[in-house]
Amino acid sequence: MSKVPMKQIFICGLKKDRKQILELLQMEGIVEIRDFDPEDEYFKTMDVMSQKAQFDKNSNVAEQALSVLEKYAPEEKTLLSSFEDVKDMARSEYDRYIVHVDTYIDMAASILRLEKQIQDAEDRITSIENRQAELGPWISFDLPMDFRCTELTEAFIGTVPFAADQEDLGSKLSESSEGDAELPVAVSVISSSKEMSCIFLVCLKKDVETIKERLKDINFSMPKSSTQSCIPSEEIKQLDKQKQKLRAEIQSCKEKIAAYSSAREDLKLCSDYFTMRAEKYTVLDGLPQSESTFFINGYVPAHCADVLCQRITGLYDVYIDIEEPGEDEDVPVLLTNGTLSEPIETVVESYSLPGRNEIDPSKITSIFYYIFFGMMLSDAGYGILLSLSTAYVLLKVKNIKPGMKKMMKLFFYGGISTIFWGLAFGSFFGNAVNVIATTFFNRPDIKLRPLWFEPMSEPMRFLVFAFGCGIVHLFTGLGIKFYQCVKQGDLMGAFCDSVLWFMFAGGGIVYLLTMPMVTNMLGLKLSLGSTVATVAAVVTIAGCIGVVLTGGRESRNWFKRILKGAYAAYGITGYLSDILSYSRLLALGLATGVIAQVFNQMGSMLGATWYGALIFIAIFLIGHILNIGINVLGAYVHTNRLQFVEFFGKFYDGGGKRFEPFTEKTKYFKVKEDK
Amino acid sequence: MENMGLLFALCGAALSAAMAGIGSAIGVGIAGRAASGVVTEDPNQFSKVLVLQLLPGTQGIYGLLIAFITLTQIGIMGGDSNVSLQEGLLYLVSCLPMAFGGLFSAVAQGKCSVSAIGLVAKKPDQFGKAMIFPAMVETYAILSLLISILSIFGVSGLGL
Repeated sequence: MSKVPMKQIFICGLKKDRKQILELLQMEGIVEIRDFDPEDEYFKTMDVMSQKAQFDKNSNVAEQALSVLEKYAPEEKTLLSSFEDVKDMARSEYDRYIVHVDTYIDMAASILRLEKQIQDAEDRITSIENRQAELGPWISFDLPMDFRCTELTEAFIGTVPFAADQEDLGSKLSESSEGDAELPVAVSVISSSKEMSCIFLVCLKKDVETIKERLKDINFSMPKSSTQSCIPSEEIKQLDKQKQKLRAEIQSCKEKIAAYSSAREDLKLCSDYFTMRAEKYTVLDGLPQSESTFFINGYVPAHCADVLCQRITGLYDVYIDIEEPGEDEDVPVLLTNGTLSEPIETVVESYSLPGRNEIDPSKITSIFYYIFFGMMLSDAGYGILLSLSTAYVLLKVKNIKPGMKKMMKLFFYGGISTIFWGLAFGSFFGNAVNVIATTFFNRPDIKLRPLWFEPMSEPMRFLVFAFGCGIVHLFTGLGIKFYQCVKQGDLMGAFCDSVLWFMFAGGGIVYLLTMPMVTNMLGLKLSLGSTVATVAAVVTIAGCIGVVLTGGRESRNWFKRILKGAYAAYGITGYLSDILSYSRLLALGLATGVIAQVFNQMGSMLGATWYGALIFIAIFLIGHILNIGINVLGAYVHTNRLQFVEFFGKFYDGGGKRFEPFTEKTKYFKVKEDK
Repeated sequence: MENMGLLFALCGAALSAAMAGIGSAIGVGIAGRAASGVVTEDPNQFSKVLVLQLLPGTQGIYGLLIAFITLTQIGIMGGDSNVSLQEGLLYLVSCLPMAFGGLFSAVAQGKCSVSAIGLVAKKPDQFGKAMIFPAMVETYAILSLLISILSIFGVSGLGL
């Protein structure tokens, strides 16, 4: 239960070993490297951002190629594979593959080229289809679209934006003007619809200008481009052929890409390789270097320090200095805990990691965490399901992601606690046992008896129990505050911020319990004598006075100090609301049970018939799955809240920085030293 | 007239289910809109924003719970449905905390979820903290639920 002690490490090595030492550190992955500026004329940092950009680009190319590959030849995945961590790869194997990295990157580039080709072909198909749609209305026309004139006549081929009638249009265009004879014009309407009519018009060459005028009046327009000199139906056929050719091209490209699927692992390795190099260059960028030496400053977990030191000094000519980090150093935090408390690290971390002088609260938090989680979910059936499913994932997926593993373990232990509380409160899929026995076997006497009591029939009892849990939880927090203060040698703080509050709040609670009104309301059969009442009152008042006097002790001015102290004493209302907040244990616990009962009852409405049984099974499955989902989420969120707000509020500030070692931040493989 | 008690009690049940349900529908609705926006940008955040979207949904369930307990107590779900006028009114009043607390807290929680979804979109690793803010609002729905439950059980214990 603790933070891993850290040592500060300084490595000074020769520039010729730089690459190897960095690679060694990266593979070990136990040193967090900090940038630092020695402010020295000999040591300069080096700008390697352009190389880094190149590596990033290469790793991007490989990633894109992988996603293209995924599109045309999807990798087979099982449901469980999303839990899996990156694969291990032996160093020797890695070295064997990595010499081919250039071929891999070429491969990635050719995959991307093929993808580009496919896209181009698809674009062309779209434009061909547009052209075909344009030609559609002209399909019965038997002249090429670019037909313009004969020796004596001029032809117009185009559209007008209305439904045209052949005779109307003909007479309109051939109408005589200023007493001349009618113009000889032949109009034929090829096709006509409400929005557009396709017309073909022939006139004498001498009349061209007049006709053009008249055509303009009726918004005649020529089709945009007609490059091919063949009749429309023929052109459509030709376009069809082109389309087929393009489709075949796309198909062959797709096949070519799919043929690369055997190289998927190589591409992954390639992507990882460049990510790793980029990572290395990021570190290199901040390293101070002189003409022939370089300097690394960082943190290493104390238990690894000596082994690491021996390894490096055994291989290279370096100077290594390992020392305790100074008081003011911002030491990174790494937590380590036993199997039961380990999952809670994620919870602690999502609040904040412990700060410099704080202890790791994971262990103490874990005890309350599982208890509260179980009380909120409080159904043995749900607990069994939750534990079994998480245990299945944990056993089945060998190579599970570390974060996922903690999460699964959290729910596994939470599930076990849920089974316990479910049995205590007599809830197994709600009242399923009783409902099934009553509906289908006519035995209303069979039911799961609670080992302790039934919350539905004695809610007040549960409420008092919840408050009791809350008081224990809060005072544990206060106790940790005391421990932390003593550990730091702040005895005054320990007394003022912890002991006085213990007296004030604890005495107050005991005093309340001596009042018959309170015990009656809470349904407690408890009669504390008047001596207890007097003692409790004295302790409370002493605590209260103490808090008023010391609450503002950082102020020098006495008047200010008392005012601040009075305000601090007002914080006792915070204790009240904190304790009341634990009523959510009751509310969420009851919610699970009641909703489960609703579904059981709904399912049993059709009685003991065969279709009644079917409906029961269906509603039972859907309803309980829904209820588990909602209530696991609720129990998780509200257990977190009780820890974060009520518990951590008493003693914990956090603010620690996470230990982030220089390591292989790869997506697919983890290179390991040969065994 | 002799069934007025039952009518009032049923009104209470209906109010708690309906009003808390309305609140949750609004809350989950606005959070869902924000969640869709995040998923268009980054589909990997789906599971996280889904959890945040669901947070304002609990009030509807609490409302249902109160309605259900009331229905069982007044014998609508089978059994003897003999409720005096006095008792009916008491049930109605017992349901009100959940009805109003549920409605308004769900809407407020929905708005809070929208912000939390925005937070997750920008900093996916801060999910744990993002979840806590909407959960704070839920406290008040839980307090309402608690008072409603205690009152309903209390009323049935009075034996009026």
